[in-house]
Amino acid sequence: MLLISCPYCGARAETEFSYGGEAGIERPKDPHALSDAEWADYLFMRKNPRGLHTELWIHAQGCRRWFKVERDTVSYKITSSRELSLGASEKE
Amino acid sequence: MKKYSVVSLLRNALSYNRNWTEAWRSPAPQREYDVVIVGGGGHGLATAYYLAKEHGIRNVAVLEKGWIGGGNTGRNTTIVRSNYLWTEASLLYEKSLKLWEGLSQDLNYNVMFSQRGVYNLGHNLQDMRDIERRVAANRLNGIDAEVVTAEQIKNAVPLINTSSNVRYPILGASLQRRGGVARHDAVAWGFARAADALGVDIIQQCEVTGINRDRGRVTGVETTRGTINAKKVGVVVAGNASVLGDMAGLRLPIESHPLQALVSEPMKPVLDAVIMSNAVHGYISQSDKGELVIGAGIDAYIGYGQRGSFQTIEHTMEAIIALFPMFSRVRMLRQWGGIVDICPDACPIISKTSVDGLYFNCGWGTGGFKATPGSGWTFAHTIAQNQPHELNAPFDLRRFETGALIDEHGAAAVAH
Amino acid sequence: MQRNRLENGGRIDRSQVLHFRFNGKKLEGYRGDSLASALLANGVTVVGRSFKLHRPRGIVGSGAEEPNAIMQIGKGATTQPNLRATQVEVYDGMIARSTKGWPSVNYDISAINNVFSRALGAGFYYKTFMRPQALWRLYEKIIRKSAGFGKAPKVADPDSYEHRNAHCDVLIAGAGPAGIMAALAAGLSGARVIIADEQCEFGGSLLASTAMFDDLPATDWLDDTLAALAEMGNITMLPRSTVFGYYDHNFVTIAERCTDHRNEAERHGVRQRLWRVRAKQVVLAQGAFERPLVFCNNDRPGVMQASAVSTYLHRYAVRPGDRAVVFTNNDSAYQTAIDLLRAGATVAIVDSRPGGAGAISQSATAAGIPVLAGHIVVDVNGGKRITGVRVGKWLGEAPQVVASSMLIDCDLLAMSGGWSPAVHLHSQAGGKNVWDDELYCFVPGESTQANQSVGSGNGKWLLSDCLQEGLAAGNNAASRCGFKPCDVAVPETGSNIEASIEPLWRVPSEEDPDHCPKQFIDFQNDVCVSDVRLAVREGYRNVEHVKRYTALGFGTDQGKLGNINGMAVVAECLGKSIPDVGTTTFRPAYTPVTFGVLAGDSVGELFEPVRTTAIHEWHEAAAAPFEVVGQWHRPWYFPKKGEDLQVAVERECLATRNSLGIMDASTLGKIDVRGPDAVEFLERVYTHNIGKMKVGRCAYGILLGEDGMLMDDGVMARLGEQHFYLTTTTGGAASVLSWLESWLQTEWPELDVYLTSLTDHFSTIAVVGPNSRRLLQKIGCDIDLDKENFPFMSVKGAELGGTQVQLFRVSFSGELAFEVNIDSNNALQMWNMLIDAGQEFDITPYGTETMHVLRAEKGFVIVGQDTDGSVTPGDVGMNWLLSKDKDFLGKRSLSRPDSIRHDRKQLVGLLSVDEKTVLPEGVQIVVDPDLPQPVPMCGYISSSYFSACLGHPIALALVENGRARKGEILYAVLTDGSVVEVRIVSSIFYDAKGERQND
Repeated sequence: MLLISCPYCGARAETEFSYGGEAGIERPKDPHALSDAEWADYLFMRKNPRGLHTELWIHAQGCRRWFKVERDTVSYKITSSRELSLGASEKE
Repeated sequence: MKKYSVVSLLRNALSYNRNWTEAWRSPAPQREYDVVIVGGGGHGLATAYYLAKEHGIRNVAVLEKGWIGGGNTGRNTTIVRSNYLWTEASLLYEKSLKLWEGLSQDLNYNVMFSQRGVYNLGHNLQDMRDIERRVAANRLNGIDAEVVTAEQIKNAVPLINTSSNVRYPILGASLQRRGGVARHDAVAWGFARAADALGVDIIQQCEVTGINRDRGRVTGVETTRGTINAKKVGVVVAGNASVLGDMAGLRLPIESHPLQALVSEPMKPVLDAVIMSNAVHGYISQSDKGELVIGAGIDAYIGYGQRGSFQTIEHTMEAIIALFPMFSRVRMLRQWGGIVDICPDACPIISKTSVDGLYFNCGWGTGGFKATPGSGWTFAHTIAQNQPHELNAPFDLRRFETGALIDEHGAAAVAH
Repeated sequence: MQRNRLENGGRIDRSQVLHFRFNGKKLEGYRGDSLASALLANGVTVVGRSFKLHRPRGIVGSGAEEPNAIMQIGKGATTQPNLRATQVEVYDGMIARSTKGWPSVNYDISAINNVFSRALGAGFYYKTFMRPQALWRLYEKIIRKSAGFGKAPKVADPDSYEHRNAHCDVLIAGAGPAGIMAALAAGLSGARVIIADEQCEFGGSLLASTAMFDDLPATDWLDDTLAALAEMGNITMLPRSTVFGYYDHNFVTIAERCTDHRNEAERHGVRQRLWRVRAKQVVLAQGAFERPLVFCNNDRPGVMQASAVSTYLHRYAVRPGDRAVVFTNNDSAYQTAIDLLRAGATVAIVDSRPGGAGAISQSATAAGIPVLAGHIVVDVNGGKRITGVRVGKWLGEAPQVVASSMLIDCDLLAMSGGWSPAVHLHSQAGGKNVWDDELYCFVPGESTQANQSVGSGNGKWLLSDCLQEGLAAGNNAASRCGFKPCDVAVPETGSNIEASIEPLWRVPSEEDPDHCPKQFIDFQNDVCVSDVRLAVREGYRNVEHVKRYTALGFGTDQGKLGNINGMAVVAECLGKSIPDVGTTTFRPAYTPVTFGVLAGDSVGELFEPVRTTAIHEWHEAAAAPFEVVGQWHRPWYFPKKGEDLQVAVERECLATRNSLGIMDASTLGKIDVRGPDAVEFLERVYTHNIGKMKVGRCAYGILLGEDGMLMDDGVMARLGEQHFYLTTTTGGAASVLSWLESWLQTEWPELDVYLTSLTDHFSTIAVVGPNSRRLLQKIGCDIDLDKENFPFMSVKGAELGGTQVQLFRVSFSGELAFEVNIDSNNALQMWNMLIDAGQEFDITPYGTETMHVLRAEKGFVIVGQDTDGSVTPGDVGMNWLLSKDKDFLGKRSLSRPDSIRHDRKQLVGLLSVDEKTVLPEGVQIVVDPDLPQPVPMCGYISSSYFSACLGHPIALALVENGRARKGEILYAVLTDGSVVEVRIVSSIFYDAKGERQND
């Protein structure tokens, strides 16, 4: 059971959190300008890296805030846990 | 290949078992093959076998970074069934089930396929509607399926708790009598031995580090044992599909998650069927050795660590005890994890790619073992003919663009 | 009579005699005995049979490594299969049975397997039982019957289990000398410490030690130190507690056995407790296992680990044999020889090392023990108990064949092949193990989590080293947690045995390894040297393949004794070194743990919480059966005396349509949405135009996933310019709120919107039927309820019967209807008021089934029943809800090629042509049932009922291109094979114009 540090509440057991998948996937500004393939890329294609992964978690049983975690998908070590910043600039 | 039989067993016993020969060779890689299969799990070995057997393509290498059958093939809970909801899926799995039914004889290797019946339990009215729908569809597709009552389940599996006075009472189930379990390691070894006998090179401790391409066409692979050229490359590496996809510049609709399983200590026979439940989320059978073999759910996060979180094991035990309250006193001997590649529609990808001569077989999620022969058979066809067989045509990568997904979540939400 | 019990010594209480039965025979032991020590005290030699060959087996070890003494303890509901006798404390009245052997362990018919043992080598079952194919089920039945050890209980477990979460600075696994020193140091520093040990007593090897600490027996030091630890307030001491799992982020699991050791009548409270510990630092002090030596017939009863013999002598005051031979390749077993001699046995030492032992050799010789250095035991005599050993000269090289030159008469062989640290937890934590070329064992490599390995578990064989290392680790762990390390005196241990070792992996035999009698590596699974050699010969060269092909290490002891020897034999076959062959990865559990303790108290009623509405008690009093919907229990129908589901539902439907029905709709999800950007936010997620909605109006709204598929639906009410109120499906309440929150926080943080779940705060009572308005007027409503002032799809705050409510004029039945949203505290009172006042209208409570019928008559879909995640709004005729003026979630997906396919399945009504058959829900629809399989299917029935109002069955179905096929006859194929003719009709069966709900 992972130990996840909520930027708002501190370190808590994984059971208090829910996973939200890859971070930084920005919803296209104008979906209808995209081809089917481009839309499919947004919908379904994922980095799914073996190694460092930036991902979203929500402190579902706590403050219910989403935040961003950098975690190694092999060692499961968490290297950072940050709040989401405002604006699209934060989105990789 | 020396034939295995009771006669050969006795004859070799007389010579103190000294005359048994290798089940498969361990050759050094050649410089070039017609087809290189990346991944020496059950699916990869089956692909190589059917390439050789069905399509006469024998200049084939199977490259395995560790030891064959060491990934999900050797880590799953060995359930085999074909009672899927959608026609596309059920016909694919049924092809596989038909191959299972003669596999020991075909491979001359006893894979211990045991057709003891698979029950998918229903715990509420919607479950029962879904069961009715799936069974009705299965029957029209020529797949054996029945809707059974709680009482019928109790008669077949006396220890199961069918009391109506429990949190999620059992209202009924679907039953596929031809479903069952098999010996997972034997499937890898049996395919390896049979493929080797047809000339396939099985090369272990050979990790693919790059996929070579020239003008949109695959030319071979880089490996820890040097460059291996190939006219065609088939990638079938389960949890690591995205990693290999990345090497060829492909983006895949896949996430790799930990899936855990566990066994109890071996006991005398107490359970002669496979029991699966979506609602309470657990599934269980008893191996020939006597261990209760239990599958847990997937962990929510991406994980390549071949291990998951402990609470997933706890929840699984809760579910098993809800179904079998007496198993509370049975002990877990060992737990482990694998890496499953999950597709958005819980169905696999068996497909050509945007790179000529490069084929991917992945996305089996939690249920790939049952598909081993069928997956290999259709993938071999796809590689040999450079076009999918009609059975796997719906499982093309392009379905994510068109939207023609085959949503098996209803039938496959629970790991299996 | 306990023939092997010593008169003095041991940590047993001779004043407490315990009576127990073993295989039906009455025996006696003492408080403090393990079942194994009690059996040995009583002279029991055969305790089990092996898995495959059914060879008679005796006790080999004294702890978690024991492969043979696998017992069924107790009977009935509380029986426990597969316990190791070495880990079971004897209690008065215990009933123990061997788990193998028929008709008995002493005379086992299946021992005939021995005769064919050469044909039953590794993996034999993969090579046979294939023909005739039809017989496999029979073969399998026989295989299954002969496999397995104990029996599962047949009835539900009456005991209870619990979980406890704990945090600590330092967790110490193992309370031997190293672990205790670590606890002492960390405890004195002020750190919060948990120390756990699987045995009933702390002390580990000290419990059987003859060592002197500062000139006093080590056990005196042990007692004093444990007393000191118990005095400290910051140390939690957990005996009978196995640290069985080490997971990510220093999460460690401990199974505590609270009552198993008590007499059955004295077992109260929780049987076992799972400690879920998050530790800042972990000290692993689990000790080491003594390896067996691999010689011919080394599995015969009477062959034991040397250290186990010492344990039985000192801890339990049991002498397992009278005439002993000690066979060793290292120094540690010399102490066992001396111990045996002191206990009155005759003893000789066979030492494989041509040079013999170090200093301790002189002690042995001085005591009069004959030492045969440069000799090996090549075979033993005797079947159910050894009668002697055959010994040969050996020069230290490794020829395959050595002739025996003498026979030594004995009834006990104490063997020591060296030691293997228990690296299990270190490995589970992700650490690698590395081969030590001097110690000839794997030792823990670098730690990948916050842990340290100490003591013999770290390859430290000297007691003084164990104590020093424990101290250092305790201090180190404490200081890493911010505590000040402290100075603790380490007792002087005097001279120690140094276990200098010369490797002897496979003992040469009198014939070559393929011809000689069996040399066992894994006792429990009957894996012999010949099996491993066969596996390698057949190409199973990777150690994982060898293990899986031979089953080496897959027993209930998980190879604690055999794994290293097995790897060594593989290495010999391949001409490789042991570390080149590979290492073993260890998975939890260290030793087996019950399913019960893993589940804790989340069983039975507590398996998952039941949610009930504020009006639940009324439904119960009305004897309504409940439908399980997600976590909720909802009333299904309200039968009057003698009514079944069908009769009750018909009555409820008619009463509602004709006069007045009432339903508890409180389980609907309710979400309050406020903020300056509420309109903008909802525009982005809902498909209809939000901006155009007037305050006080309601709209039906749907949510799509980004894949364009229908995800949830409900009513949206605009309560103010910046204030909305949403309802969701019962099952979707939590997920819809999370979904909305995720978009707000991760994608559109610039929107100023607040979401609040009100599902539990408000209850919803639906008052339905032509008399619903009259009922509300009767109990007093402060707003005008007529059609003009409060039209269909309106919402208003109102005082109803003296209570403030939010009144909605919405309808899921097609009737004139109102939904009363009320503070849950007042809901039951309101319900009662409505019921009482409604008597004059024959008010009829109805449940989910009638709700389903009424909505199906109107063609309203239920998301999750009539949709399945592959249904677009267009499929169910909801394109009118899709705004053309804006984007919304999922809209882009609706123009993908598959979404605009003309032959998509569409929602239609279906009627049985015979006007009688109520079709089962789920049944598939075909154009021609006589086509060969696979028969093409064009749809399926999602909802189906008998409509009392219409007097015939109705069904909703999803049928390919269904809307264009009205009037067409198709066929429903039931799961029993029967076929029913059906006709496609409109999905709206009742009041197509909607006049009733608009009234």
